[in-house]
Amino acid sequence: MQDNIKISEFSRETLDLVNRIINRYPKGREKSALLPLLHIAQSENNGWLSPEMMDYVASLLKIESIEVYEVASFYSMFNLKPVGNCVIEVCQTGPCWLRGAENILAHFEAKLGIKPGETTQDGKFTLKTVECLAACGNGPVIQVGKEYHENLTTNKADELLEKWKRENKISHTNPYL
Amino acid sequence: MATQILLKNIDVPGLAGFQVYRNLGGYTAVEKALKTLTPDEVTDEVKKSGLKGRGGAGFPTGMKWGFIDKQSGKDRYLVCNYDESEPGTFKDRHIGTLNPHQLIEGMILGSYALGAKTAYIYIRGELFYVLNIIEKAIQEAYNNGYLGQNILGSGYSLDLYCHPGAGAYICGEETALLESLEGKRGNPRIKPPFPAIVGLYGCPTVVNNVETIATLPWIINNGSDAYAAIGVGNSKGTKLISACGHINKPGIYEIELGLPVEEFIFSDEYCGGIRDGNKLKAVVAGGSSVPILPAELILKTAAGQPRLMSYESLSEGGFQTGTMLGSGGFIVMDHTTCIVKNLLTFARFYRHESCGQCSPCREGTSWMEKILTRIENGQGTTKDIDLLVDISKHVEGNTICPLGDAAAWPVASAIRHFREEFEEHIKLQKCPF
Ligand SMILES: Cc1cc2nc3c(=O)[nH]c(=O)nc-3n(C[C@H](O)[C@H](O)[C@H](O)COP(=O)(O)O)c2cc1C
Repeated sequence: MQDNIKISEFSRETLDLVNRIINRYPKGREKSALLPLLHIAQSENNGWLSPEMMDYVASLLKIESIEVYEVASFYSMFNLKPVGNCVIEVCQTGPCWLRGAENILAHFEAKLGIKPGETTQDGKFTLKTVECLAACGNGPVIQVGKEYHENLTTNKADELLEKWKRENKISHTNPYL
Repeated sequence: MATQILLKNIDVPGLAGFQVYRNLGGYTAVEKALKTLTPDEVTDEVKKSGLKGRGGAGFPTGMKWGFIDKQSGKDRYLVCNYDESEPGTFKDRHIGTLNPHQLIEGMILGSYALGAKTAYIYIRGELFYVLNIIEKAIQEAYNNGYLGQNILGSGYSLDLYCHPGAGAYICGEETALLESLEGKRGNPRIKPPFPAIVGLYGCPTVVNNVETIATLPWIINNGSDAYAAIGVGNSKGTKLISACGHINKPGIYEIELGLPVEEFIFSDEYCGGIRDGNKLKAVVAGGSSVPILPAELILKTAAGQPRLMSYESLSEGGFQTGTMLGSGGFIVMDHTTCIVKNLLTFARFYRHESCGQCSPCREGTSWMEKILTRIENGQGTTKDIDLLVDISKHVEGNTICPLGDAAAWPVASAIRHFREEFEEHIKLQKCPF
């Protein structure tokens, strides 16, 4: 976990992507690019949106910072507090529950020694519960970054945890790349 | 074997690539439409086909297109609703992942009919990997002259873009979706005006579900009569049903509307029966928001007729003994299921997803979750059951958008059909399961 590192501006490459995205919307409607830009910003800021990062996004879109804050706080994919390197999101809605999601969540809690919403001491993992991920036929389902892991069992969960530990998994990568 | 419009080639390796799709007859509908049909003729075909919106509300697609204001002089937009967030619904993910060009072809046809020069696919942020697949396919469509300027020399030009959401079920509601696409919080708008008059950026807009749009190429290729020949009554064509829960074969099935529910659940061609030889207890037939039905009422109507997978048959009996086809999210529960606990997960979902704009929904959803938690944990009282019914009635119909109804119906229907299970939780002061 890293807090409040000073944000530098996006790289040239990222700014090119940002401009391509802004150009998808009509002149005067650049604000439409806000959600895509916040996804990118979060990935470039260790998986969360700091006030500084949101101010920077506001400056890119030439809108007020408050317009960014009110949007960022509405959508559940945006983290407004620091998170671990690897955020594990466990679906807990009906269809996944019917197929054992509670066991999976309890298993991650026990293995990581944390509750949903918490981050491990070493800053490597954050556990989150989420609502329906639209993969109900293959429940229990978890999401890590862009990856879906479906038909989860406790064995599979262990394998994944081992793998993520080994490779120092970082779940917040630029989703466009 | 039922007619397959959406899943026909779904297992063909490489279908997501332009050339494979093209070799299987892809983009011929665009050629036919742009070269031989006027936009109004395309709309007429869709009207005559009887296609209804597959996002949940079942509104006739051609009629919706007919409402678009073509006189305003403003730009017009087609927006694809790829928010897919209703619990139990996981059909659209399948199309975009495996057959994105069929969706793109449908977007071109719809945009042409509406006279849209720009179209967007609004896709839930969690499905970013699907967005990547679709963007790649869009690029291929540009490279092959099916998107961009002067498509196939017809003089018609279209730009198509993907737009990610960021985790909010409410953005599946079409006006919340448009707010979100404009870079705002997903608060639904008051209707009227409807999007067909005042939609994206204040311009005339049609919002259609992924499945609705992906059906269009088949209708244009095969004609509205061929489409209308499939199905029963006013339920024309095929429907994707995403089946989950306690069945042997969860998955996505394309049925011809009118298939008996019993066949769908028990035949090996579809769900393959209940897991572990267990008994069927209940079904939520059209996504979490539609009324739950006990086994006897999902298999047969109250009048004793076999229940069919169609708009009319599933809703026969109204909310007293019927339900809705909804989005086609088919959630099956066997006899080991605690109806109260399942409902509690839905109640939590709706509390979490309420945008907070209307007090009955904002407060009501959190009260319902609280009371259900109490009952499930053995701390409920008999009064709580009536209190839940009372709250659900005060939420239903009293909100700007139908999320309030969507939250109220599961509660009201679970108590209607399984009241004794709630009472047992209260009597035993614990969950009996
Ligand atoms: C709370 C709520 C969530 C919705 N979610 C979706 C969704 O995820 N996908 C969808 O296509 N329609 C959804 N709808 C329905 C849309 O408002 C709209 O009716 C639909 O996109 C129209 O497309 P169609 O006519 O092709 O079905 C939702 C409606 C409500 C009230």
